[in-house]
Amino acid sequence: MARDTEDRAAGTHKAERRQRGRSKKKPKETRTVRVHTGHEHNPNRHYANNRIKTTKYTVLSFLPKNLFEQFHRFANVYFVFIALLNFVPVVNAFQPELALAPVVFILSVTAIKDLWEDYRRHRSDTEINHMDCLVYTERRYVERFWKEVQVGDFIRLRCNEILPADVLLLSSSDPDRLCHLETATLDGETNLKQRQVVRSFFDLDCEFDPLKFNGIIECEKPNNDLNRFRGYILHRSGSRDALYKDNLLLRGCTVRNTEEAVGIVIYAGHETKAMLNNNGPRYKRSKLERQMNVHVFWCVVILLLMCLFAAIGHGLWVFQYGDKRPVFDVLSPEGAELSPVVAAVYLFLTLIIVFQVLIPISLFVSIEIVKVCQVFFIHQDQDLYDEDSDSRLQCRALNITEDLGQTQYVFSDKTGTLTENKMVFRRCTVAGVEYSHDANARRLALYQEVDSEEEEVPPPGGSLRRDSSSSQQSSRVVLRSLSTKTHRRTGSRADAKRASILSKHTAFSSPMEKDVTPDPQLLDKVNECGGQMDFMRFHGQPVSQLPSDLADIMDFFMALTVCNTVVVSSPNQPRQKVRMRLESKSPVKTIEDFIKRFTPSRLTSGSSSSSSSSLATSRSSNRGCSGLLSSPSAESTLAKLQEEQAALGSAPPRYDGTPRSPEDGELRYEAESPDEAALVYAARAYKCSLVGRLPDQVTVELPHLGKLSFELLHTLGFDSTRKRMSVVVRHPLTDQITVYTKGADSVIMDLIKPPDTETSKGRRQKKLVLRTQNYLNLYAADGLRTLCIAKKVLSKEQYACWLQRHLEAETAIQGREELLFDSALRLETNLQLLGATGIEDRLQDGVPETIASLRQAGLQIWVLTGDKQETAVNVAYACKLLDPEEEILTLNADSHEACALLLEESLHYIQTKFLCSSSDQAAKAFLPNFAPFEVYPPSSSSPHSAAFTVHRLGLVIDGRTLAYALDQSLEDRFLAVARSCRSVLCCRSTPLQKSTVVKLVRNKLKVMTLAIGDGANDVSMIQVADVGVGISGQEGMQAVMASDFALPRFRYLQKLLLVHGHWSYSRLANMILFFFYKNAMFVALVFWYQFYCGFSGSAMIDQWYLIFFNLMFSAFPQLVTGTLDKDVSAETLQQLPQLYMSGQNSEEYKPYMFWMNMIDAFYQSLVCFFIPYFAYADSDVDVFTWGTPITTLALLTILVHLGIETRTWTWMNCLSISFSVSLFFTVSLCYNASCPSCFSPSNPYWSMQRLLQDPLFYLLCVLTPVAALLPRYFYRACQGTLFPSPVQVGRQLDKLPSETRRNILNLGGVEAGSAVRPVPHFLSLGTPSPEGPDENHQRTEELEFLPLVSWNVFIHIPQPLLCISEMEFRVCVF
Amino acid sequence: MGKEGGCGQNKTMVKQEQELANRPDNTAFTQQRLPAWQPMLSAGIVIPGFVIIGLAFIGIGVALFITSKNIQVMEMDYTGFEPDSDCFKCSNPEEKNCVCQLDFNISSRFEGPVFFYYGLSNYFQNYRRYGVSKDDAQLSGDLDNFKSPSDTCSPYDTDGIKPIVPCGSIANSMFNDTFLLYREVNGTNELVPLDGKGIAWWTDYNVKYRNPNVTPLKEAFEGTVKPLFWPRPAYELDTSDPNNNGFINQDFLVWMRRAALPDFRKLYRRIAQGDYARGLPAGNYSLKIAYNYPVLSFQGRKKVVFSNVSWMGGRNDFLGIAYLVIGSMCVFMSIVMLIVYAKFKFPEED
Repeated sequence: MARDTEDRAAGTHKAERRQRGRSKKKPKETRTVRVHTGHEHNPNRHYANNRIKTTKYTVLSFLPKNLFEQFHRFANVYFVFIALLNFVPVVNAFQPELALAPVVFILSVTAIKDLWEDYRRHRSDTEINHMDCLVYTERRYVERFWKEVQVGDFIRLRCNEILPADVLLLSSSDPDRLCHLETATLDGETNLKQRQVVRSFFDLDCEFDPLKFNGIIECEKPNNDLNRFRGYILHRSGSRDALYKDNLLLRGCTVRNTEEAVGIVIYAGHETKAMLNNNGPRYKRSKLERQMNVHVFWCVVILLLMCLFAAIGHGLWVFQYGDKRPVFDVLSPEGAELSPVVAAVYLFLTLIIVFQVLIPISLFVSIEIVKVCQVFFIHQDQDLYDEDSDSRLQCRALNITEDLGQTQYVFSDKTGTLTENKMVFRRCTVAGVEYSHDANARRLALYQEVDSEEEEVPPPGGSLRRDSSSSQQSSRVVLRSLSTKTHRRTGSRADAKRASILSKHTAFSSPMEKDVTPDPQLLDKVNECGGQMDFMRFHGQPVSQLPSDLADIMDFFMALTVCNTVVVSSPNQPRQKVRMRLESKSPVKTIEDFIKRFTPSRLTSGSSSSSSSSLATSRSSNRGCSGLLSSPSAESTLAKLQEEQAALGSAPPRYDGTPRSPEDGELRYEAESPDEAALVYAARAYKCSLVGRLPDQVTVELPHLGKLSFELLHTLGFDSTRKRMSVVVRHPLTDQITVYTKGADSVIMDLIKPPDTETSKGRRQKKLVLRTQNYLNLYAADGLRTLCIAKKVLSKEQYACWLQRHLEAETAIQGREELLFDSALRLETNLQLLGATGIEDRLQDGVPETIASLRQAGLQIWVLTGDKQETAVNVAYACKLLDPEEEILTLNADSHEACALLLEESLHYIQTKFLCSSSDQAAKAFLPNFAPFEVYPPSSSSPHSAAFTVHRLGLVIDGRTLAYALDQSLEDRFLAVARSCRSVLCCRSTPLQKSTVVKLVRNKLKVMTLAIGDGANDVSMIQVADVGVGISGQEGMQAVMASDFALPRFRYLQKLLLVHGHWSYSRLANMILFFFYKNAMFVALVFWYQFYCGFSGSAMIDQWYLIFFNLMFSAFPQLVTGTLDKDVSAETLQQLPQLYMSGQNSEEYKPYMFWMNMIDAFYQSLVCFFIPYFAYADSDVDVFTWGTPITTLALLTILVHLGIETRTWTWMNCLSISFSVSLFFTVSLCYNASCPSCFSPSNPYWSMQRLLQDPLFYLLCVLTPVAALLPRYFYRACQGTLFPSPVQVGRQLDKLPSETRRNILNLGGVEAGSAVRPVPHFLSLGTPSPEGPDENHQRTEELEFLPLVSWNVFIHIPQPLLCISEMEFRVCVF
Repeated sequence: MGKEGGCGQNKTMVKQEQELANRPDNTAFTQQRLPAWQPMLSAGIVIPGFVIIGLAFIGIGVALFITSKNIQVMEMDYTGFEPDSDCFKCSNPEEKNCVCQLDFNISSRFEGPVFFYYGLSNYFQNYRRYGVSKDDAQLSGDLDNFKSPSDTCSPYDTDGIKPIVPCGSIANSMFNDTFLLYREVNGTNELVPLDGKGIAWWTDYNVKYRNPNVTPLKEAFEGTVKPLFWPRPAYELDTSDPNNNGFINQDFLVWMRRAALPDFRKLYRRIAQGDYARGLPAGNYSLKIAYNYPVLSFQGRKKVVFSNVSWMGGRNDFLGIAYLVIGSMCVFMSIVMLIVYAKFKFPEED
């Protein structure tokens, strides 16, 4: 504020002019936000307010809008058109009102469904709109609903509050003027983000007063880029303050660790970045439905052909009579004769009405009903229910259940989706000695068990304090139960709503991560070491005399504790940074302070004042989230340092021996990356705890030694190119300047100082390095994330030298990044290896199994992660996505050309290796593992990738390379490479890249894609994919909101796809085919009749039957079958994932099947027509007495047909079929008895009653269905025996007793994850299995009737060849 | 926070009143574990099934075929298409009130009860516009519709001035040939009594078609005209029997029940009275035909049919044959399948 006044005079005029000029020139480029403090009219009222409304309709607009939307569906327009056609007298076929009934029914069913959905949206909107926040009005902060917040309002945010809008941060209670933010709901990252107060409000010491804010904020128009925000505050003084994305708090994020913050609303409601990112789910049409629509179109063509044929026939029929009108001819109402042509045209229209049934009006509604039922069942599945979170699967999209059964590509996020997003310290190696932490492993195993069962540990409300003297075991239990309570949110359900919206759970606080059971051996050593150091200190000996292995251990833990950016906070809410000042000094606020402490004797006032000008810059570079390398020191430090060199040893080590005060309680560590936290927790288990972190100081508590303060000289933050981070500290005990480095093993190992093999120390070092490398390989094979810990001691001169150049680099204007990089490189060389850690990002339960079985099911699995490459690769190995036996193509390129070259090379490599040289062999070697059924030859399994079989190759590509590869010129090549790899891993990919990849694969390969993710960074990918699945786990609701299905755990994907997807697809496919058949069959009956009624469009089937046949009489059984039918049992589907391929290949619904069904329909209708025709030939039967049996026969035939196609009969099926039959007879009996002189033209009075007395009717009812269905039944019987589809084999497996089935499945080597396994080529069915001889004998008999050929197909699984070399193919271009 | 930010949670919350309220119900239905029968189309079921069905069908077929063969039918065309026919002279549309005679001989007794049909060929009573050309309300005796017949009757609703009753094309085109059957007994022609009662559906006669509740019936037809082609108004269709007059005239009712197919027969009379209750004895007969109905203009044919009936109706060999064919096919298929099974089973047993 002070600066404002200074600058005001200077710049007002100019700035205003500029401002005016700009706003005139580009009036729509920016948004201007003026302050609104509640007195006056809001100057920003033309901007959207914070009320959100995601509903589609209002009460008034519902009917027109909904109808309008429904008429977007062509079929509806068609049906309405036909119904309206009935109102035209010359062409009408039915009673107009009657003809309207079906379409009105259909439309209203859909409308009710839409209404219900919209109501649900409305409810959730209301809930969000009515959340509270503090808004500044009338000189104080008042509770307001979210919806009342307006642009320009000042908002006070408290800890753990969710931001109601996009807010510009103006003040924070944090001493560093930061506001910590959890952005999990937005980008899925669980670490805390720091946001900065706008610079001019930085030094505001008193409380921020909105009334004093007098600037105008000029910023971008609302956009959906989460990582961009530009603008400036124009102060009344005329000075400007630039605004960056670091100043903006986004809606949906949660304020953490900051007691209070004040900001001004910049974007509200629908204009917030979160909302702009939240595009409504696009209307998804399932693949099956697209396929179906083609056939609906064909039905239209058939219909038109039929009409045309009949119309021409009618024209000729009329024409043949010429002028001599027959006595039965009816003149037109005007008494004129209709010319043949006019008659034909009229008839054409009439026939469209009569034959309309061919386009199944009820199809769409039936499909929707069936889908809703399917959704219900999926929703109800207990196997998809997660007890821990008391959540079950949610189906958010009602219309793409069957796509679950056709998915070909799965795109998965990694962190939080495959993994728990909980990093757990597993084991470590220090100084070449491996500490296996067996107890820790057991503990983790225990968690796994506990996780899988439901634990109902009553949370003991007692003290949660960690008593350092108590046993680890007991404190662990206490901790775990505490965490059980908070984390699982099962404690207070009454408050659950609040709890989940203002989720109090932190990312890295589960007991699994916090509690590390120390390895006893290592613990002993640490204790010994501590003891010795204590002793030495007591006796004044230099600490450097410590035995080198103990010293390494000490350093190792020091490094774990210090070398990170973990923030320490206390557990009680609101969380606060723990500021543990050991000296009585005031908190360090300035560099001068720091220098003062560094060089207490030489402080000059000049240096203090000289550095004040650079204060702001240094601060911003220090705290900037994106700061590559930061140093809390300033130029002046250097000078001091150089002078101070000699005197250095004198600074007293800061420590005190007091045990940790009870107030400390349980400290919480919040880290940018979860493995940092894991390491800190691990160190704490060895009583080497991080107790405080300040920008320039790290406090560590050690056993025996108490608290030690490390002066933090530099932090060289982690970045993905260096793949390591370092801290430079002054060791309080040795007073040496020590660099602790932690990083990926590949980099650190190269930076290790080459040991001098002459000395014994050097030899020891070399041994250490070799051993460590050995262990590292072991860890990686175990799927652990490995990190190497190294250190380096710098002499003062070295440090000074480095510091000088580093400062130069920091201040450089050009190429600063490179210089800083080089500077870091200079520091991080010649390191001394201390040890390595193995951290487990624990996979979720069942992930490897799920991936294995999904892969067996023919799904290509791609993992797209924002994680760094090493981690991603490690996890990929752990979850069996990558196989140690398969080759890995690693694509890292840093230019477009390099990327092109790489792709070319890879492609070439693949071709030479797999396609040309040993294409057959390789394909065969791989196929059995991939597709044990030989009935799926690779070429037919996916027609698009005929030339591309999938090889035992893994592809790893990083984000930068991906960016090049996704370029239009390279994307085809990239796809060609990627599709031939068995698994693809994209690391460091941005959300946009994720969605681009999915889009690319979906559009170019024309495959069904499924994206699964849990964070907001997956949202775009989830939305782009054909099926989006959200994991409703740790990271907020964003992914779930965007998804079509929300799962509690990743492993449920297996059942969702393999079982429910398969069922849904198979059910719907069969139902749709049946629908086409049914309608064609029914309509064809009328068509045949045209040949006997002069093509006059008359129907022997009563119009009621014609109209309601579909809607009522034949509707229920197929709905029941479509909902309940199970072609194969859930168990078999899961045990034989290969069965899933039938859906992928659309085997249940192929175009030829449609035509076969049509042909069958025409055949059956011929039978149903001509058997009564001949049976009633030469009789005095009248039209409807003849037509009613035909209707009945058609109904029976259709139902029996359905019966043949029904694979699983339950009482529901039987009930529905008998219901259908009895409904038909009941309705027709009532209808035929209701009105003697109504229902022209049929006047069916007493027809049915008379028919039921006619033996001929019953004879027809027996004969006709049998005759009509004989071919189909014969085909089915032969097919089931001679050439059964895999699904049928699966069904036959179901029939076997469970023992036998298990044996077969095991023999078949199809168990998940066990690809390599000796397999007998044939299973001798004659041999009874050892158990239960009696039963088995009987079973064997039965087996003989089973199609034996199929066994051959099924069991003939050649052994996978293990000849593929294990050479690692790495192409790295830097 | 998404636009539906609270939606999922919201739903969860409501259900969380009880512990683990979200747990799905564990019922056989919701878990899709209903006890089910999976019909497997395997040889064990298919072959015996086919054999049984086939044999049963063959049995039924034989029975039907025999029954059908026992039914006697005699058809005679009297269109007068051929010049040597007695009715040739009447086939000229110009000829009015023409009577022709058809002589025939029955060699053996025609078992009774004998049904006497007239048949028309190439006559489309099922023509759509013909079928709707009537007024059901009028035919059920509604006097309002006498005055203003329904549009559906158009253009046979009025003669331009007066409404036509019964209106519509069906009524207008009513078959109006009449027959008298004589049997030559001892050189003289003895009239065979023809029973015209009960030839229409009982419900048509008693429920569906109603004369207006006016006596005498003629008054109800005041102000209306007879259909164009009719020689007499509706109330004079049968002057002898007032219960067979107007809309409930049996011949009218039979005609109004439109035939399903273009070649049809309609029951004219039954021969079941007196000496003829047991059928028509062998001998010479002559049929006197009042030839009124023109059919040659549209290549139609007229015929008379004498037939007796069994429990399954008139003579129809088709159904029996159909049963036999389908039954044989079933048996045949089961044999085919047996061969297939046998063939594919052997290599496996090695």
